[in-house]
Amino acid sequence: MSTRIENFEQLRQKYEECKRLVEVRADPDYDGDKKFILVCGGPGCVSLKSLQLVENFEKLIKEHGLENKVQASISGCFGFCEKGPLVNIFPENIFYVQVKPEDAKDIFEQHILNNKVVDRLVYIEPVSQKSMTDSLEMPFYKRQMRIALRNCGLIDPEIVEEYLGVGGYQSLAKVITQMTPEEAIEIMKRSGLGGRGGAGFSTGRKWEFGRMYKGDRKYVICNADEGDPGAFMDRAIMEGDAHSVIEGMAIAAYCIGADQGYVYIRAEYPQAVKRLQIAIDAARKLGLLGKNILGTGFNFDVDVRLGAGAFVCGEETALIQSIQGNRGEPTTKPPFPAERGLWQKPTVVNNVETLANVPVIFEKGPEWFAQIGTENSKGTKVFALAGKVNNVGLVEVPMGTTLRQLIFEIGGGVRDGGKFKAAQSGGPSGGCIPEQFLDTPIDYQSLSKIGSMMGSGGMIVMSDSDCMVNIARFYLEFVVEESCGRCVPCRIGTKRMLEILTDITKGKGTLDTLAELQSLAETIPDTALCGLGQTAPNPVLSTLRYFMDEYKAHVEEKRCPAGVCTDLLHYEILPEKCIGCTSCARGCPVNCISGSPKQTHVIDQEKCIKCGNCLQKCRFGAVIRK
Amino acid sequence: MTEQKSPCCTESNPGFIELDAYIDSLKIDPIDPERKEKLIMTLHKAQSIFGYLPAEVQKFIANRFAVSHAHVSGVISFYNYFTTTPKGKTKISICMGTACYVNGANKILQDFENALGIKAGQVTPDGRFSIETLRCVGACVLAPVVLVNDHVYGKVKQGQAEKIIEEYLVEYGEKVEEQ
Ligand SMILES: Cc1cc2nc3c(=O)[nH]c(=O)nc-3n(C[C@H](O)[C@H](O)[C@H](O)COP(=O)(O)O)c2cc1C
Ligand code: SF4
Ligand code: SF4
Ligand code: SF4
Ligand code: FES
Repeated sequence: MSTRIENFEQLRQKYEECKRLVEVRADPDYDGDKKFILVCGGPGCVSLKSLQLVENFEKLIKEHGLENKVQASISGCFGFCEKGPLVNIFPENIFYVQVKPEDAKDIFEQHILNNKVVDRLVYIEPVSQKSMTDSLEMPFYKRQMRIALRNCGLIDPEIVEEYLGVGGYQSLAKVITQMTPEEAIEIMKRSGLGGRGGAGFSTGRKWEFGRMYKGDRKYVICNADEGDPGAFMDRAIMEGDAHSVIEGMAIAAYCIGADQGYVYIRAEYPQAVKRLQIAIDAARKLGLLGKNILGTGFNFDVDVRLGAGAFVCGEETALIQSIQGNRGEPTTKPPFPAERGLWQKPTVVNNVETLANVPVIFEKGPEWFAQIGTENSKGTKVFALAGKVNNVGLVEVPMGTTLRQLIFEIGGGVRDGGKFKAAQSGGPSGGCIPEQFLDTPIDYQSLSKIGSMMGSGGMIVMSDSDCMVNIARFYLEFVVEESCGRCVPCRIGTKRMLEILTDITKGKGTLDTLAELQSLAETIPDTALCGLGQTAPNPVLSTLRYFMDEYKAHVEEKRCPAGVCTDLLHYEILPEKCIGCTSCARGCPVNCISGSPKQTHVIDQEKCIKCGNCLQKCRFGAVIRK
Repeated sequence: MTEQKSPCCTESNPGFIELDAYIDSLKIDPIDPERKEKLIMTLHKAQSIFGYLPAEVQKFIANRFAVSHAHVSGVISFYNYFTTTPKGKTKISICMGTACYVNGANKILQDFENALGIKAGQVTPDGRFSIETLRCVGACVLAPVVLVNDHVYGKVKQGQAEKIIEEYLVEYGEKVEEQ
């Protein structure tokens, strides 16, 4: 189908050809009479049947014989998952929310055929009650700046021509035909891009090391392991715009002198694996991967390697062990992978989002990139906003945006009328940030200073119905399960911490064990071998620091203020309120509620497993939790 | 634990033919030190064929890769994704990632455990269902998330477990029986 592109000139021609494919969507000056129906194909929307929706649109287009005028297509994640399935109509840029497959008919007949906006599917901003059709007006999108996600929600990720049509692979061409590797590395350094996998280390400098160390072979690895449980940024990028990642890898390879790349991706993301493979195959066919790319003599190819469900394999040395077909146990650094990595050869490991930023830096220039963000953290960061927040979704904001803006303006605040308690960033390596720091700007340094970290971009909002002791226990349990067991402080130390935390949530904690917890949390970081163990105590340290009264309530008063720790709770039926409707008894999984119809019911405390069903079932407020 | 008949006690099992052909296509060179690079993808393939990785399959793979059986079983035991015991025909996985956890995933897990009378990690005696927990499938916007085989159920509510299970009983052409 597609023929090989032999040189930069042909790529330019191809761009001119392909531009037409995306003009209705991407060209703000488009004044033709075509229409484009773009449907979100992100994970949230897909499971709400957005694929069915596209099919319905396509059927309607066919029935009306409008194939040359109207097109419907799927794209990567739009981000506003909370309101999915999402549809955007171009060129007029009308954004519809919560569109069901059967709504295709109304949109088609009213909007496409008669240019009338379908009011019932328009977003209504909950505070002002204003209806908004332009996504850029919505508080959710207003503050966002999409660089890494620039093509998610714009192009069809399975069609390489669409990527070429938005200028795809032009940066790679520019780099390999017009720049020396040193010049390109210099540009990366000037851009200030830091690694998005968590640590923020300068990408340009990492590549410089990769170039400096000698080896008869070198490798570029894209870290797509995304282990933070509650994060989906990298998944969205790979599903929505895999070519950007591949292009970024190819530029990295040219800079360090690698000819082989690997994407190490978690097996839990089958859709991303599929899209990535489609993209790699397409790029190979066009000669944008493989031998003698664009006639420059530069060779580079990419293969996919699957993870197998081990969090520690996100750590770069463990990842390398895993690609080599071993148990994914970390190795000591130094030597860093840039010196001795895969098969002992110089290897650059970069995160998905880091790589997705690379082509833009060469397109718009390092100065353009460096003016976004703060003094020390340049560019944007993608966050997966989840937990107890109104607008769950995928957001990209300039560094320096405050947590308050992220959670309250973009995120729309805490859901179900709850009260904000903490935001957790950085997953099991990060910390819980309390309300008093909501005005902290998001950048690498500021988040570390308050005991958390940027991490890869998971941002979980917690409310007054979350128990912070239990959350700390949750993360520790994760760490204990995921510790590879190589070093004692991590293997034994985290286990002991988990025991203590579990005891506390059961009301068996004492002030002494609390002190032991604190001291363990302080010593493990200095003695653990890899980042997993070194950062594992962060969730504990941060909750001890900011939520000590909650720990004390558990230890001294044997009380869980958030009403989460089941061993510290019990359920009772208030005789004066119970009308004997039997609803609770029927919903009790262990049949421990007795009472005849129309009589007061009673809970057998011995047998009750504290599942809370009865509290939910009773419509008369007779069941209480203490 | 229930004893299940191992579907692959002999190498005449068609699964082995498929696996053999797959490994052939990888063109493993038994003296190339980098051949192990393809081991993990082979284990994925084998698990997709057999449903799990019993000793016979492990030995078969070790042989073809010219590595020790101990290496293969060491790798398998390291990764959560690989299993050496068979799972139920219908595999119910409850996400216990952070987003799902703060949205009550543990209660959803309890629901499924109560409905099927087994704990996470176990298989029902008839081999039809198994429950396991997993960590974040990247569908956090739909928290809490339950995966049944490959189908994603989002925003699962307490009390929904039985309905989901029934869907699969119906799929097997079984009459849903009230207990
Ligand atoms: C326990 C642990 C887990 C990690 N998981 C990931 C991950 O899932 N994705 C990722 O990109 N980096 C992860 N990292 C960071 C990597 O080791 C590495 O620093 C990163 O991939 C480098 O890419 P960057 O410079 O582009 O950020 C993890 C580190 C540790 C210690
Ligand atoms: S710190 Fe933990 S995960 Fe890292 S090497 Fe040591 S035992 Fe393994
Ligand atoms: S909490 Fe659960 S187990 Fe206890 S009485 Fe209520 S429904 Fe029954
Ligand atoms: S549901 Fe409420 S009112 Fe009805 S029997 Fe139970 S406690 Fe009484
Ligand atoms: S936490 Fe459950 S899907 Fe991410």
